[in-house]
Amino acid sequence: MSVAKSFAISLLGLAGTLIEIEAEISSNLPSFVLVGLPDASLSESKDRVRAAIQNSSLKMPARRVTVNLSPASVPKQGASFDLSIAVAILAATSEISHHSVRNFIHLGELGLDGSVRSVAGVLPSLLSAKSLGFSRAIVPAANLAEAKLVSDIEVIGVHSLAEVANVHGANLVIREPEQIAATVLEPNLAENSNLENLDISDILGQADAIRALTVAAAGGHHLLMVGPPGAGKTMLAERLPTLLPNLPLAQALETTAVLSIADHRRSAVVALNGLVERPPFEAPHHSASVSSLVGGGVGLPRPGLISTANNGVLFLDEAPEFQLPVLEALRQPLESGEVLINRSAGTARFPAKFQLVLAANPCPCGRSFGQARGCTCSEVAKRKYANKLSGPLLDRIDIRLAISAANAGQMALDLEAAQENQMTSKQLRQQVQCARELAADRLSATPWSLNVQVPGSYLRKQLRLATEVTQPIDRALAKGKISMRGYDRCLRLAWSIADLAGCDQPRREHIVEAAYLRGSDSPMVGV
Amino acid sequence: MISNQALGKYGEDRAADYLHDRGYQIVERNWRCSVGEIDLVAQDANRLVFVEVKTRSGSGYGHPFEAINPQKVSRMRRLVAQWCATHEISGVNVRLDAIAVWVSHGRVSIEHLKQVY
Repeated sequence: MSVAKSFAISLLGLAGTLIEIEAEISSNLPSFVLVGLPDASLSESKDRVRAAIQNSSLKMPARRVTVNLSPASVPKQGASFDLSIAVAILAATSEISHHSVRNFIHLGELGLDGSVRSVAGVLPSLLSAKSLGFSRAIVPAANLAEAKLVSDIEVIGVHSLAEVANVHGANLVIREPEQIAATVLEPNLAENSNLENLDISDILGQADAIRALTVAAAGGHHLLMVGPPGAGKTMLAERLPTLLPNLPLAQALETTAVLSIADHRRSAVVALNGLVERPPFEAPHHSASVSSLVGGGVGLPRPGLISTANNGVLFLDEAPEFQLPVLEALRQPLESGEVLINRSAGTARFPAKFQLVLAANPCPCGRSFGQARGCTCSEVAKRKYANKLSGPLLDRIDIRLAISAANAGQMALDLEAAQENQMTSKQLRQQVQCARELAADRLSATPWSLNVQVPGSYLRKQLRLATEVTQPIDRALAKGKISMRGYDRCLRLAWSIADLAGCDQPRREHIVEAAYLRGSDSPMVGV
Repeated sequence: MISNQALGKYGEDRAADYLHDRGYQIVERNWRCSVGEIDLVAQDANRLVFVEVKTRSGSGYGHPFEAINPQKVSRMRRLVAQWCATHEISGVNVRLDAIAVWVSHGRVSIEHLKQVY
């Protein structure tokens, strides 16, 4: 057999394309030709494959080897094709069975010594493989935890090319796999939603804000906190993930798949730990660029932070300090829950269902609160600062909360109360879980599961409330104090509050609380 | 241990025998000019065959064919043109071949690639 083929998956975003790898051995002077639109790191695969084959007690043919990656028009990237190229060559030289090779998807990067190294994107690749009708796959042993997440596909984890050859009928002596130093050193990289170290009960004197966080967690509502420096905005935001329940399986798989193709660090954590069950938490610095947030990059598009925060929390501290284009770029994904990234190499679609948390100072110097004593900002500077958060963006934020610095009296009271009845994250998380279950039951006939996703028309028609219940916001609407969109947001919040209270529908006091949480349309002024 | 030159000479002898056994007529051996050297020129029916012979003992330096790189092949093409000009031969069919002679533990194996490029 001087022609053989094997199969691999090329990813564009989360979507996979089946790549057929054909190897041909022709009787000519030894050379190795790789065709079919490989990128630079894939072209280098020639040297890795040659060395790996020779160092695995297998024979690299001393003839002309042509490897074709088909379809040639699909751009291919990265080192994950190494293994399938090596296998195709070995099948072409009849070192291994070409019948066996065709039944598998092969993924893996080769080391010069023949070891098989972990690659990114194993989960989305295998999901594609499954939908393409493959039932067996060979993956790096380091990716086994991730690969096993895909049901109905038999996965074999391998340490070396020799092990792969043995799967396909060779009879090689397997050396004890070397302990490869872990590429990720910290064991606890799920630090994002680190339940052990952070707890909502760390926060004193901010009962209102904790309530707002709980409502936000229950309904998945976006949240803006405005307050002076040191009030605890960052502490609060960092503890929002501790109130969120574990992700349901479908969402956990989606989140894991995105993290698997994100940067090296994140994909290594996924490879190591498998399913990501805790909602992710991303808190970029305000110098972040549009493409770091939204996704992009040279060549093939990669997910940005809004996608790695999928089904979790994106926290923008000092939100007005972000560049305007960065903030505006969030509007469309906030609406659609996904982002399309177009590059010359192709268009990738990434999920971006994140919960947005913004924190802002009331003015550039941060002292414009209360009586604004000591504030040195001019009116123009204040307005410019406030205008950074545009109307359309603020409109999409359900909860807009003014936070004041905790005062000594309140803290003393809280410290006393803390001994007895301050809620811990664990308790609140259970409440949130119950509230979410109520909402999911109510919305079971719809495509939505969280209150934040429900459109206003549905709330006003199918979930219509009695007029005496909605009277406070009806009146505000009539007087022009809130907009129609603000009205819908209040209804949405009221449902989340009712869910938290365990009521089957909102009461008047829930509507009032919702209107309070919704806050002002110009939250940066007059805190 | 024999020297590289002696090994090369031995390999070329074996390659010439190999071709002769298969009905080739050896036209010339070790033809030199300013461009370089042609190891073997042979005639196969009405075709002139120019052969590069590579000999190795042991496998420490890889397969003999791996030493024939694209530069070497293009130099052989120039040599063929030189040879034909010198011998005032034109309008013949020519072919470039490579022969690997592998000597190890007293055993000799020969591989012959026809029409290399």
